[in-house]
Amino acid sequence: MVTLHVNGKPQQVDVTPDTPLLWALRDALGLTGTKYGCGMALCGACTVHLDGQAVRSCVTPVSAAVQRKVTTVEAIGADRVGKAVQAAWVELGVPQCGYCQTGQVMSATALLKQKPQPTDADIDAAMSGNICRCGTYTRIRAAIQQAAGRKGGTK
Amino acid sequence: MNTPLDPTTSAASDAPSDSPLLLANVSRRGFLTGVSALGGLVLVVGFPAALRAADPPKYGADGMPDGWVDDPLAFVAIGEDGTVSIVCHRSEMGQGVRTSMPMIVADELEADWKRVRVVQAPADQKRFGNQDTDGSRSTRHFFDPMRRCGAAARAMLETAAAARWNVPVSEVEAQNHEVVHRASGRRLGYGALAKDAAKLPVPARETIRLKDPARFRYIGKGNLKLIDGPDIVSGKAQYAIDTRLDGMLYAVVARPPVYGGRVSKYDATQALKVPGVVRVVEIESSAPPAEFNPLGGVAVIARNTWAAIKGREALTIEWNDGPNAEYDSVVFKATLEQAARKPGKVVRNEGDVDAAMASAARRLEAEYYIPHHAHATMEPPAATARIVHGKCEAWGCIQSPQVARDRIAKRLGISLEDVKVNVTLLGGGFGRKSKPDFMIEAAVLSKAMGGAPVKVTWTREDDLHNSYHHTVSVEHLEAALDAQGKPVAWLHRTVAPTIISTFNADAKNQAPFELGMTAINMPFVIPNVRIENPEATAHTRIGWFRSVSNIPHAFAVQSFVAELAAAVGRDPKDFLLELIGPARRIDTRTQGDTWNYGESPERYPLDTGRLRRVIETAAREAGWGKALPQGRGKGVAVAYSFVTYVAAVVEVAISDKGELTIPRVDVAVDCGAQINPERVRAQMEGACVMGVSFATAGEISYKAGRVEQDNYHSYEITRMAAAPREIRVHLVPGSFSEPLGGVGEPGVPPIAPALCNAIFAATGKRIRGLPIRDQLKA
Repeated sequence: MVTLHVNGKPQQVDVTPDTPLLWALRDALGLTGTKYGCGMALCGACTVHLDGQAVRSCVTPVSAAVQRKVTTVEAIGADRVGKAVQAAWVELGVPQCGYCQTGQVMSATALLKQKPQPTDADIDAAMSGNICRCGTYTRIRAAIQQAAGRKGGTK
Repeated sequence: MNTPLDPTTSAASDAPSDSPLLLANVSRRGFLTGVSALGGLVLVVGFPAALRAADPPKYGADGMPDGWVDDPLAFVAIGEDGTVSIVCHRSEMGQGVRTSMPMIVADELEADWKRVRVVQAPADQKRFGNQDTDGSRSTRHFFDPMRRCGAAARAMLETAAAARWNVPVSEVEAQNHEVVHRASGRRLGYGALAKDAAKLPVPARETIRLKDPARFRYIGKGNLKLIDGPDIVSGKAQYAIDTRLDGMLYAVVARPPVYGGRVSKYDATQALKVPGVVRVVEIESSAPPAEFNPLGGVAVIARNTWAAIKGREALTIEWNDGPNAEYDSVVFKATLEQAARKPGKVVRNEGDVDAAMASAARRLEAEYYIPHHAHATMEPPAATARIVHGKCEAWGCIQSPQVARDRIAKRLGISLEDVKVNVTLLGGGFGRKSKPDFMIEAAVLSKAMGGAPVKVTWTREDDLHNSYHHTVSVEHLEAALDAQGKPVAWLHRTVAPTIISTFNADAKNQAPFELGMTAINMPFVIPNVRIENPEATAHTRIGWFRSVSNIPHAFAVQSFVAELAAAVGRDPKDFLLELIGPARRIDTRTQGDTWNYGESPERYPLDTGRLRRVIETAAREAGWGKALPQGRGKGVAVAYSFVTYVAAVVEVAISDKGELTIPRVDVAVDCGAQINPERVRAQMEGACVMGVSFATAGEISYKAGRVEQDNYHSYEITRMAAAPREIRVHLVPGSFSEPLGGVGEPGVPPIAPALCNAIFAATGKRIRGLPIRDQLKA
């Protein structure tokens, strides 16, 4: 048994310590919004926040997540920035198949929390670890910019 | 309001006839289903017409298995609370079909979209009509039937209201979720009328009154958000990989690394010691052709996905690789090139190409190569199945649910009625998920586990190693030019293993549906034309990949036209327009084409006027002809595919070091009227990025019969920084009284040639083999 702190709650998870956080979240806790895409930190579909930092849960063993705060997409809407990102995604019709978008939302939220007014280069750097096979990149960029404008509550 | 798609509870409760909703289960009188003469025989999903030449021609939805259905009782249910449930019988994989199709019904029904919920149909083609979601067909095949569905339901509600008020039905009118009596101003909501309406017969098709398109609320407006958008961004949306059932087991499968291979022997001792591993089960392999059969191999079944993955790593397997053990992409490229340099089966022949070539002022030739590709859907194939009292229920990210149902029934030896296939959201499809092999695996493993629910998850490595790959191709082009630089002869040899080889191991020539994708239906005004198809042997499972054979054919044809223009010092856009010639409507049968995307060549001629218009539109919007700074260039290409016309102008910037960026792409599309223009734009944007991706980065190659790429580090997909910075989509207006074109695929074919033509304009370097990778740095 491993105790994880997920979305504000302690959770007992019956997995071996080497199990990637991804599979503990998905299979043991039923938090399937965090997606499997590659298992090698290449695509970003599994992005979660660990103490506020975007990490790839597919290569993060649960042993490295104990004593730290795990936030998944299921709870990111409770965050002001996360909510603005989700709203921009819906407003601009970013998703196509949608499978990678939870990871995109998590990466974008982490970016905006660190850099509230990101440049194009900031966006490239923060988002190029997230693959979208449907090719929604131009809308992702526009949605990040929109969310950046909204966060101050002026737009 | 937007109903989350929940596959774990989709059982009977999702089907409107089994719900407490009221406009359901009454007489089907007056409604006949449009049923294809092909019945249940689907040799190749999506390409039936190509394979049964003896049948009298049937076009459009009529040519598809189980045709179309326009029965409102199959698609619409209205609750007493006024909630309108509309069935979507096509699979959602990012094209927006769960929004666009119900929107058509809702508009004709005069339903308020805010009170509409969308219900995903399980596999049941007899009830819903064809469900094979590929070929860019959903909207063009079901726009009319879905309109009739909505209009018939509206008529029933109007009739019910008129009876309630004892007034002639001509005095009442449905308006935005209620029926109004014009003279008295009385109103009744749909919820209050549902019960009465359900008792009425469905009106006969010929009496149905469709809306005047001028009164559409949603169709053509682009004013509705994606129905699944909020669920997608909050992680609630359910894909096949997310299915969870009580007592569910998790499986991964070690499949033969070589096509046609099988297990010689295996040792599961160490695998069974991995904590969480429950059992190891062999899945029987079958000899090629693969068809839709599982590849076989050894499955590890565990308490969670990670344990199954670790268990599989601990297996010891000795494979018998079979006849494709020597498949090597470097060697095979040379084989294709040799075939392309010798005459092959002539599939179109006009004039005398040899004589024209011999006497021409100038001759040019070029060869183009595109390697295998994998769909690499972000959600890999995944499926869950359980068997209870001899009945199998399965959940999958499947483009062809009816085929999955049929094949599961056959593999388990049970009747079709005893198999239910639920369709989840698809995390990408692109043709991969038309093949239900992965769903059959889940059913086989559930059976091996005594009917317990088993979820099969393909890892990314599995997906790249064992896909139904896009074919590999060499296109050989030759042209003769007269003294004025005008092309007088055209020879195109297209060589590529055919998709048919996946169904008939001996097939070596491209099928009509492959040749009919931008090869045989070349529309240029050239007096001497010969198109040949030399043989090629498949050594892996060849499948269809978004826009299919248009990818190699359009790349070669549109690159070669630009090469000819450069050779004679002409502007490539003007030269292309001149080759296309004046506006005219070509019956593609006159070119030897028997495919035309399954559509009637009379209803859907190849219209060169429309081809010209998209080129002119894209060029104008892109500012074609304006001077560009050093290192920048623009390229143009066009394609007619899936009865839609798309032109692209790509602008590139290439640094001194040969680094490529794409500041802007202008895409002009003429797909006829746009039902959901916002999603048409989205599809063109996505198709553009996919085109850039296979043009610049990815490649699937084989060595010793095995795929050399394992994951996204070796099979590269375009990422944000390398994607076009701006994609501008220009929609050519269309009329709702004209036939519709496809949208999901046609945006792909022009991108790679337009990109390479732009690179030529910027640098003078001609790319003939994809991917580009570091060719610009040489």
